[in-house]
Amino acid sequence: MKLKSKKVQLQVRFQFNKKIMATKNWPLWEVFVRSKNGLEHRHFGSLHAADAEMALENARDVYTRRNEGVSIWVVESKNITASNPEHNGEMFEPAQDKVYRHPTFYELPDEVKYM
Amino acid sequence: MSEEQINLEAERSRSLEEQFEARIVRDEKIEAKDWMPEKYRKTHIRQMSQHAHSEIVGMLPEGNWITRAPSLRRKVALLAKVQDEAGHGLYLYSACETLGISRDELYEQLHSGKAKYSSIFNYPTVTWADMGAVGWLVDGAAIINQVPLCNTSYGPYARAMVRVCKEESFHQRQGYEIMIKLTNGTPEQKEMAQDALNRWWWPSLMMLGPTDAESIHTEQSMKWKLKRKSNDDLRQQFIDQTVPQAELIGLTIPDPDLKWNEERGSYDFGEIDWEEFWQVVKGHGPCNKERMKARVGAWERGEWVRDAAMAHAEKQQERKEKQAV
Repeated sequence: MKLKSKKVQLQVRFQFNKKIMATKNWPLWEVFVRSKNGLEHRHFGSLHAADAEMALENARDVYTRRNEGVSIWVVESKNITASNPEHNGEMFEPAQDKVYRHPTFYELPDEVKYM
Repeated sequence: MSEEQINLEAERSRSLEEQFEARIVRDEKIEAKDWMPEKYRKTHIRQMSQHAHSEIVGMLPEGNWITRAPSLRRKVALLAKVQDEAGHGLYLYSACETLGISRDELYEQLHSGKAKYSSIFNYPTVTWADMGAVGWLVDGAAIINQVPLCNTSYGPYARAMVRVCKEESFHQRQGYEIMIKLTNGTPEQKEMAQDALNRWWWPSLMMLGPTDAESIHTEQSMKWKLKRKSNDDLRQQFIDQTVPQAELIGLTIPDPDLKWNEERGSYDFGEIDWEEFWQVVKGHGPCNKERMKARVGAWERGEWVRDAAMAHAEKQQERKEKQAV
């Protein structure tokens, strides 16, 4: 009787573990690729992978099948902090009225060349 | 909420929607975190996921021939094409996920039959010539459908489509090359090529979607640049460009009503059997059940591998943390 109940317990635990495992999906990673030396890494897309190493391998197969890259970065998507487009006003507008940050703001006599 | 508040809220969302539509008219791209009408989000999830599912299910009819390709050259090309389709599915799933739906939900919709994929993949690939016809016609029709989407309004979709289109042209060429080779071969090989064209021609025309009169999503999709040309226009374009390609290699388009219309500068063509199209869409095509069985089976048989990879990753992480302490 005791033995049987232990078996049932194990079974329940196994089902429970299985359920937990099945709901654990591979996390999402963002992929950045440097097309060639001299250029910056650029966002290429995203993919799912169990860990960083697998993310790199999958990124190689998904995004660089035709020599599109010489270097890959992957970062788990949850680690990226993004600005909110709804706050674009307060975020980016302050730069709009600062024309004095551009060279064309300054008046020069026509005679001056190469400045 | 008072009536006044409700009105205010309605007005606010109306004006947001007007601003949104104006952005699209100005050819501005919409990005994932931007405000968008719920209908825009839903329509995009539907179309993009349907597109992704088509790429994934589309691997099955061709996967059927990888081990039986007639030469190593054909085998590596077919393998690369099928691998590309997996890649295209992944680009599109990722783009779709930016709209706040998970990969698991997307798979669930495919596996439960809630989401559709392109009906063309419910036809069987019975001879090697079908690999030629699929590449030439099915990928040809797909390209015609997809090129305009490189300029669609939703940024992640447009970017995915640029990559897809760049890779797709090799698919069509490798198919046409198979047809050329067969038509230059023995009478039996030539017959095989003609037979494949006979079977794939009409389904390829149907692939470009129901006639404009029947197409329920066209108007809204045009506005959002999810569609730049109507189904009938795309179909005409496909026919006009494909007929000369068939003639060039001595194959006959299986349509007795097909003839050049000087006035229109296009081919007139025969009636499409839309009854067949709707039957296949509804799940009664020759391979609907087989495709879903293969897809769901692959997903289920792979579950332990996915779980094991996750368990391994967690164990490695724990070990690393312990060492750091």
